[in-house]
This record gives sequence, C-alpha cells and structure tokens, in this order.
Amino acid sequence: MCSVCGCATATIEKSGAPAAGDGHGHDHGHDHHAHGHSHPHDHAHEHPHTSDHASGHDRENAHDYGGGLAGVHVPGMSQERIVSIERDILSKNDSYARANRARITQRGVLALNFVSSPGSGKTTLLVRTIEDLKDRFEIAVIEGDQQTSNDAARIRATGAAAIQINTGKGCHLDAHMVGHALEQLPLGKGGLLFIENVGNLVCPAAFDLGEAHKIVVLSTTEGEDKPAKYPDMFAAADLMLLNKSDLLPHLDFDVGACLAAALRVNPRLQTLVVSARTGEGLAAFYAWIGARAGGAGRLE
Amino acid sequence: MHEMSLTEGILDIIEEESRRRGFSRVRKVRLEVGAIGHVEPHALVFCFDAVTRGTVAEGAELDIISTPGAGWCFDCEKSTALTERFGACAYCGGRRVQMTAGDELRLKDMEVE
Repeated sequence: MCSVCGCATATIEKSGAPAAGDGHGHDHGHDHHAHGHSHPHDHAHEHPHTSDHASGHDRENAHDYGGGLAGVHVPGMSQERIVSIERDILSKNDSYARANRARITQRGVLALNFVSSPGSGKTTLLVRTIEDLKDRFEIAVIEGDQQTSNDAARIRATGAAAIQINTGKGCHLDAHMVGHALEQLPLGKGGLLFIENVGNLVCPAAFDLGEAHKIVVLSTTEGEDKPAKYPDMFAAADLMLLNKSDLLPHLDFDVGACLAAALRVNPRLQTLVVSARTGEGLAAFYAWIGARAGGAGRLE
Repeated sequence: MHEMSLTEGILDIIEEESRRRGFSRVRKVRLEVGAIGHVEPHALVFCFDAVTRGTVAEGAELDIISTPGAGWCFDCEKSTALTERFGACAYCGGRRVQMTAGDELRLKDMEVE
C-alpha cells in the first residue's frame, strides 16, 4: 500500500500489469507510477513482463513503496534506500591540489598557473620570461595541450625542464594530471614552476592545480569585453597580463575599457600591459614574480 | 565542456560510495547546482548519461536542484540576492558584493538499491 495516501494504486500488481490505469484519480505529486527507467532487470522473473516501473520485485510481486530499506516514502524519491552523500564534486580535485601545493611549497617554489584562450601568446611569453629570469631562478614548466608536444619543445629549447601533458579530449588540466607531472619534474629549491594550461578561457577556472596564483593572459587582438564575456576566469585570477601591446597602434583596442571590465569582475585583480615580443612591461611582471618567489603559498 | 570531467567526478564519488556502503544500483542522484556557478545543468545531464553507461549508475535519473545566488554587500552590510555572478547589490546597486551562495556543485543524496 502506498504509505503516503493509502491508495491501492501503487501497491500491488499481480502480474506486472502497470497499475496506473485503474481509474483511481488522485493527482498528488508522486511519480512512482510511471518511471522512465529503461535499464535491464537482472533478476529472474517467472512471468514475461516488460514493465519499466520501479523496484520491489523481490517481495513476491508486491510493490511496496514504503517498505524499502529507508522505511520512508518521500514524494519523488520512491523506495529503496536514500543515502546522504553531501560531497562537493570538486573535492577530489581539491584534495589532489592540496597535495600538489604541499609538495610545491615544501620546496619553496612559486607555482603560477597561466590561463588564456588559445593564441594569446602564453608560450611566447613563457619563453621570453624564462630567457630573462633563468639566471635568477631555477625554472620548470608543465605544458598542457590537447595534442602535440610542440610547446614543451619550445620551452626545452630555453634550457628549462618541461613536461608536456596531453589532455586528449580534455579541455583543462586537473590537479591529478599535474601531480603526476610533478613526480617527474625536478623542482629546484626556491625556484619557479610555470604551468601553462590548455588554451581555454572557461574550464580551467574551476580547477585548482595547487598553484599560488592564476595568471590570466589576454591579448590585444581579442575583444576588450572578454572579461565581461568570460568572467569566471578573470574572477579566479590574481594577475592579468594584457599581452601584445606592441600591436595597439594597429588596433581599435580600448585598454582602459578592457581593464575596467576586468576590474568590475574582480576588484582585486592586478593588471599589467605587456608585450612578450618587445619586452614592454615585462620588468614590472618580473618584479611581481620576484616579490612572491621564495615565499610561495604564504598568500594561501 | 568541463561538464564531462565534472560528471566523471560525480561518478567517482558514486563508485566510491557504492563500494563503501555496498549498493549495486543507483536509481536517482540529487545534485545541488548553484544557479550562478559555472556549470550548465543541461550539459551535465547529457554527460551524465554518457559517462554512467556500464556503471552502477547506468540509467539513473539526475535530479538537479538549483540553488539561488546570494552575496554579501560590504556597503549595506547585509545579504543580497544575486542573479549574475558579478552582479550589483539589489539594495544600493554597488559592486562591492562578495558572492556567498550560488556556486555550489554538490552531490546531495542518492536513491540506491
């Protein structure tokens, strides 16, 4: 018997005939009469029914929606056991990220996670930065791309250690992948770890990799309203580098409007206008790194 | 489409709980998803069907409970409803609002057998 209203409708079905059509016209909101489950029954029936209704078959064809393990009937949650989970979906990634962060900060390394859309000049910026800073810091790089190890090859040409992660179909790096890369990557004490994320202005925002800071790279050849269009990434970042400033004379790009849009999304965001090609603004970027290196994680 | 890996995260939790609590089939999964978070519910449902094939959660219904956005306005010193992630305070129109709810992505409970 239905334990909510006491009606017989949903309770007993002799040979699997769906009970919903017995002219019993109540309309309150439980939905156990016509479940849309289409998964195969894996227990034996001696009668040939093809029903797709829910559960309870082991009690001699009685469908008791209040007698499951949970012992209660909740409208919309029929039968069986309701187990409370209350777990964040990203908790697993976050636990890997914590392990990465511990490993990185233990070595006194400053880890920076570079995120941007494809083509913003991340790799060029990293190559230039490594060239300019490699005498001051030991630098290691994790490169994330869907395919190819072209970027890691470009980084290795500078003399820095680089590990390429190919995510296949994946649209971002996660903390688990980075953890495996860290197993193989030598981290010099007090050095720098650059993580170049997959070119994607959306997904990497949600995934903590264990870095000290996310740095979002935007280029002047993209729209100045990018921060408004893709706010998550700009909200997640601590520093924005507006790259390709050398092209500004040829473009209708409004730097002020771009920075304003970014600050609206994230009032705490720091911004620098740079050119990886000419080196404009990079001294300020290096000073930003220098102020944080050696004490990575202290802002955590 | 990071919904795919989020869905794999959901499946990880389901399979872990299935081993721990000893159930072999999941009928329904209830998720709390923040209304102004960065998850698209439709994509989540689509991916869930694909990812759960051949698992304990195959055919399970994904019930998504949308939780409303809210934030704390530093100027009004009170909580305000938020309809967009970086929206203004509903009382003063100011932007000094820190989001406090609406970003959830949480597996709440499951109906299992």
